[in-house]
Amino acid sequence: MKALQPWKIWLVVIVLVGAVIAAMPNLFARDTVEAWPDWLPKSQINLGLDLQGGSHLLLEVGVDTVIDERLEDLVSEVRLALRRERIGYRGLGVQDGMVRFTLTEPGQEALARAQLDELNPILAGNAFGVGGGREFTIQDFGEGRLGIGFSEEGRAERVRAAVNQSLEVVRRRIDELGTREPTIQRQGDDRILVQVPGERDPSNIKELLGRTARLTFHMVDMDASLSDAEAGRLPPGTMLVPSADPDDGVPGWVVQRRAELSGENLVDSQPSFQDNQPVVSFRFDNAGARRFASLTQQNTGRLFAIVLDDEVISAPRIREPILGGSGIISGSFTVESANQLSILLRAGALPAPLTILEERSVGPDLGADSVAAGQTASIIGIVLVGVFMALYYGRFGLIADIALFSNLVLILAALSLLGATLTLPGIAGIVLTIGMAVDANVLIFERIREEMRAGRTPLASIETGFSQAMRTIIDANVTTLIAAVLLFEFGSGPVKGFAVTLAIGILTSLFTATLVTRLSVLAWYRRTRPATLPL
Amino acid sequence: MQFRLVPDDTKIRFMRARFIAIAVSAFLMLGSLVALVYPGLNFGIDFQGGILMEVRTPGPADLTAMRTNLNQLGLGEVALQEFGAETDVLIRVARQAGDEEAQQVAVVAVQNALDELIGEGISYRRTEFVGPKVSEELLQAGVMAISLALVAVLIYIWFRFEWQYGVGAIVALIHDVVLTIGLFAVTGLEVNLTTVAAVLTIVGYSLNDTVVIFDRVRENLRRYRSMEISELLDTSLNETLARTLMTSLTTLLALFSLYFFGGEVIKGFTFAMIWGVLVGTYSTVYIATPILLQLNLRAIGAKADAAAKVRGEVDEGPAIEGPGPARRGKAGG
Repeated sequence: MKALQPWKIWLVVIVLVGAVIAAMPNLFARDTVEAWPDWLPKSQINLGLDLQGGSHLLLEVGVDTVIDERLEDLVSEVRLALRRERIGYRGLGVQDGMVRFTLTEPGQEALARAQLDELNPILAGNAFGVGGGREFTIQDFGEGRLGIGFSEEGRAERVRAAVNQSLEVVRRRIDELGTREPTIQRQGDDRILVQVPGERDPSNIKELLGRTARLTFHMVDMDASLSDAEAGRLPPGTMLVPSADPDDGVPGWVVQRRAELSGENLVDSQPSFQDNQPVVSFRFDNAGARRFASLTQQNTGRLFAIVLDDEVISAPRIREPILGGSGIISGSFTVESANQLSILLRAGALPAPLTILEERSVGPDLGADSVAAGQTASIIGIVLVGVFMALYYGRFGLIADIALFSNLVLILAALSLLGATLTLPGIAGIVLTIGMAVDANVLIFERIREEMRAGRTPLASIETGFSQAMRTIIDANVTTLIAAVLLFEFGSGPVKGFAVTLAIGILTSLFTATLVTRLSVLAWYRRTRPATLPL
Repeated sequence: MQFRLVPDDTKIRFMRARFIAIAVSAFLMLGSLVALVYPGLNFGIDFQGGILMEVRTPGPADLTAMRTNLNQLGLGEVALQEFGAETDVLIRVARQAGDEEAQQVAVVAVQNALDELIGEGISYRRTEFVGPKVSEELLQAGVMAISLALVAVLIYIWFRFEWQYGVGAIVALIHDVVLTIGLFAVTGLEVNLTTVAAVLTIVGYSLNDTVVIFDRVRENLRRYRSMEISELLDTSLNETLARTLMTSLTTLLALFSLYFFGGEVIKGFTFAMIWGVLVGTYSTVYIATPILLQLNLRAIGAKADAAAKVRGEVDEGPAIEGPGPARRGKAGG
């Protein structure tokens, strides 16, 4: 008779004991697990947002805005350069994604091109050290018409920088909320995925991310008349900015186009109170403080406008020079909105607006309900399948149940060790795997029965049954594995969780059905030496 | 205590009923295709964009009042439905015209309207919003996943078996996929991301079943060299029948437990899976296997046999025809 190979027994024992230890933390509360000695594994299965509650937001960075703004800046740069060199031009502006103009005097192309070249920075090298490309390309359309626009690398570089910066700002803003373990990742070229567990009300996050929070300080043109401005007659170098709170008297302000100071100069910002009204206090960095001091000295008595995202939130009168580099923004704030603005100012401005492409928020109570339902369904499913197997295959059914239970422990251990995320469809995947995992045992047992009926001895039937069924089991499972891999590749969110548990379940069931069942059956056989098999 | 699903000497002549079965399947497939056109699939927000909210009200929900209030918002089609309990309501708002921004505005409008109507006690259990860009991508990814799964599986079967098996398996799979999608069209069940998961799992499951039987057919082709092919297929099906039923039953037990206890959110998914297990089991017996019969498998079997003989794999003991207790050349031991 074939001996039980000791190394196989050891392998099974070690794997199962290891799995029990690895799966154990899931049975205890997180705090309890944290207090365990260091040599014990502590990682628990991550619950997906659908199970613990939370918000999933897919954001798109408005890269077109960034590109457009850069081109607008480029227009001013080109204008300055051409004027400085006294090169005559007309029709300067952005057209078809390019800054274009026409020279008034022929023969100045070379001179103009030289100026454009100076405006065209060399890009920093990439990771491979190949850099050396230029940010823009310059084109000569003939007859004195020149254009300068983004080169492919230049555009990509600008988009990359904008997305990276947005990522950083989003992270800072979310961190300010103090939520635990948010996930903030880049997705694709211009998208950011934000996952915040446990947040009951996603509108909070949405508001926080929905603003670019670009803060600028402008002097108000006190001579301009608002009605003229509304009719489109603006003094040169000024613009009309609507008031953030038009009910509060003034519909808008005529301010200098040029920003005296911007949010980039801020080092801190806090909500506070002034005359019992919520306000936002801020502090400038050194350069900003110096600038602010001289500005307030020169313009005492005049109005200056605090502009946030193209809206004037307040336009206070400068009563006296402010030398300390700190100030206060008052406006019609509530405690909440003052708090929010101070968060936004601390976290910095987004380089481009964010658009929400997809939102999935689950309240914590629905998550808890789903966990409870999933647990109930799993336990009932396992018990039903286990009882059915025992009834149908008797002693062998009990062995299959041992394999089934080991399988469950292995799945939990694998999920914990891999740090995989368990979702509601993932729980369905586990339950489904349980139903399907017994398939391997069924194949083996049915095969053993056939061999018995064909007149083999019990031991020979067992050996042949296992070896014959093995090929079928592998063939049959590879196909389901293919489906699981594709699901993982193309699925998103919770569905990915399903693919993960399905794939893990298939692999672990191969292990339990072949090794665990086989050794159990052989061990049982060696002890009892039955003349016939109770199958 | 023990019982048998299938008596040991079961000899059902499956192949005899194959034309009836194929006719029934053809009819059902045609019906599914028609249903796909009318009434068509009820795409959820995952695939056509829009807003889905699950809210819980303090008392039993007044659907009529909620419907009236929400319809006044002018957001187009707003569908309300009780969801699992009389306090829970599922709200679907059609995709808004315009870009992503317009969708967000609608989310806020619905929330405000409900806050006003119900007041403090309302809780938003789930808010999902999928913009036009993402829904398009999700649909593409879903179609891609199912198509790739079919191709990958075809390649695998081709690689492991002869081409006739590949044809049989893929036709059976297409049958299962079409009938499952047909079920969704006829019942108006929402088609969403989990539906794709269900279809792919059905593909995996159905194929699993098919492969087990094909394995047996291949084995029997070597064992009973002069048995008539339809009898051989019947024998193979009967030999594996106990296993086929056992596995379907245990999987169904697990699925029913999920359906009744797993919560409202995955009901659609489990419903599709239950259907898939039934259809998958049926198609293995009545679609995949009869195709082998039509494709003249014997010739291939003989060829494989000859090849095996060269490699010395074929048992040269006395060949005994027909199933029976001592059909092996050698007695065990």
